[in-house]
Amino acid sequence: MANIMIRKNDKGYVFYMPKRDIEDSIVSMEFDTPEKWGGEIKLGNGGAYYIEPQSAPARLPYSVRARRIDGVE
Amino acid sequence: MSALTREETEALIQEVLEVYPEKAKKDRAKHLMINDKELESSKKCITSNRKSLPGVMTMRGCAYAGSKGVVWGPIKDVISISHGPIGCGQYSRAGRRNYYSGTSGVDSFCEMNFTSDFQEKDIVFGGDKKLAKLINEIELLFPLNKGISIQSECPVGLIGDDIEAVAKKAAKELNKPVVPVRCEGFRGVSQSLGHHIANDSVRDWIISNRDGQAFEKTPYDVAILGDYNVGGDAWASRILLEEMGLRVVAQWSGDGTLAEMENTPNVKLNLLHCYRSMNYISRHMEEKYGIPWVEYNFFGPTKIKESLRKIAGFFDDKIKEGAERVIEKYTPMMDAVIAKFKPRLQGKKVMLYVGGLRPRHVVGAYEDLGMEVVGAGYEFAHNDDYDRTIKEMGDATLIYDDVTGYEFEEFVKALKPDLIGSGIKEKYVFHKMGVPFRQLHSWDYSGPYHGCDGFAVFARDMDMTINNPCWNMMQTPWQQKAPGSLLKAAA
Repeated sequence: MANIMIRKNDKGYVFYMPKRDIEDSIVSMEFDTPEKWGGEIKLGNGGAYYIEPQSAPARLPYSVRARRIDGVE
Repeated sequence: MSALTREETEALIQEVLEVYPEKAKKDRAKHLMINDKELESSKKCITSNRKSLPGVMTMRGCAYAGSKGVVWGPIKDVISISHGPIGCGQYSRAGRRNYYSGTSGVDSFCEMNFTSDFQEKDIVFGGDKKLAKLINEIELLFPLNKGISIQSECPVGLIGDDIEAVAKKAAKELNKPVVPVRCEGFRGVSQSLGHHIANDSVRDWIISNRDGQAFEKTPYDVAILGDYNVGGDAWASRILLEEMGLRVVAQWSGDGTLAEMENTPNVKLNLLHCYRSMNYISRHMEEKYGIPWVEYNFFGPTKIKESLRKIAGFFDDKIKEGAERVIEKYTPMMDAVIAKFKPRLQGKKVMLYVGGLRPRHVVGAYEDLGMEVVGAGYEFAHNDDYDRTIKEMGDATLIYDDVTGYEFEEFVKALKPDLIGSGIKEKYVFHKMGVPFRQLHSWDYSGPYHGCDGFAVFARDMDMTINNPCWNMMQTPWQQKAPGSLLKAAA
């Protein structure tokens, strides 16, 4: 489990992990509605993380715990 | 266009790597790439922010250098104690030329060295008592300091001193922020982690100090982040921003004060110059206080214009008009600079190897002068820096991460640049090879280079270096092919 920060730019969600200083675009997010948000997220570099589905944050950027499913650190 | 084609560059990399043992060759190959503008992400082409290979000459610094030297050091009214043996503080003292207004030793402390000067007994019995005593002495001798930061050197981490406890106790007694910074040199692979640690300590101990206190806001408040006022850079940037109607509340951290930093959460926009060393705190402020941040670049007229418009885009029409007014005002001045120096510099080739930001930021300024960057590299950049670099650099140019002394020399021999921009450790090597060189860390005792005023100095300095007559005298007289005039002089 690691802390990540999700923010939005003009192209969509951006993933940032302070611990490892990894910044990357989020290509897909499993749930993206106001009630249910999170789930499995896929990154531009091929990595995949899992955020416990929750109601969407009121404001971005938003720090949240995420679990690494696959790959590129 | 680059001096070499893609294939030639590829061959050059292979040739240079040839001397390494198999394992080292494999490792170093990952740190060298040929630029391709089409690339979206640098991830697959270059590896960065990895431990340097043992046995090669690296130009990197340590976490302490990143924290004390870069982020904390320039804050003028905070005393940064180099906690540990005396050398780290002494040899990093005042070398970076972070200018400030104030009286040294009275209300400003940037260029002084405060250290706990560890001895054997401090290593054996711990240095906490000494640190507490030192803080009291500082308070007695320099009462106008606004806060103290404790920058740990390697031994402090190794023996496990509890500097946090000392700091908390002292902060209570003095009623001032006393910030313990765990930036022991052995942490991380380069100074980059030191920036991160310093940012985190600012986040934890400084930034929320004035939350909830009254502050007279205007809709045009901004903060300059990641400008360390090397040779007066931040001042040259600040006047442009103020002329377009913005109010600069804080400078981080060149010529900055603790009060400015504590007031930063009240601004409307954070302007981020050095992305590598201050993106951490920008991200934190964006999340906690909802302050957006924008990267900008004040090197060279093209980028200045672009950046001023980008910044103005965050504000109303008054600022947008202000930006246009500033551009209009300074364009003739910058055109005159270009008219004067471009003919002398046109077509010259430059190779860069600097820290974590300048290799991509100065490209625009060189291009404005008609020069071409044929190779660039970073000491401690991460992949997001390379993502940004790919777009700035020409196709098929050479990009090198954490380049070794040997590789850099070989690349220079092959690419034959007219100018190299790098640090003090490389300077004399290349001087002896007869290649014009500018120090791009501390502007070679010149500056400022940011902003419109800075560009004039930048252009002059580049001309002064490249077209210096001394470069024709590198060969000893008796080895020169056409000795005509010299023989006459001798006779």
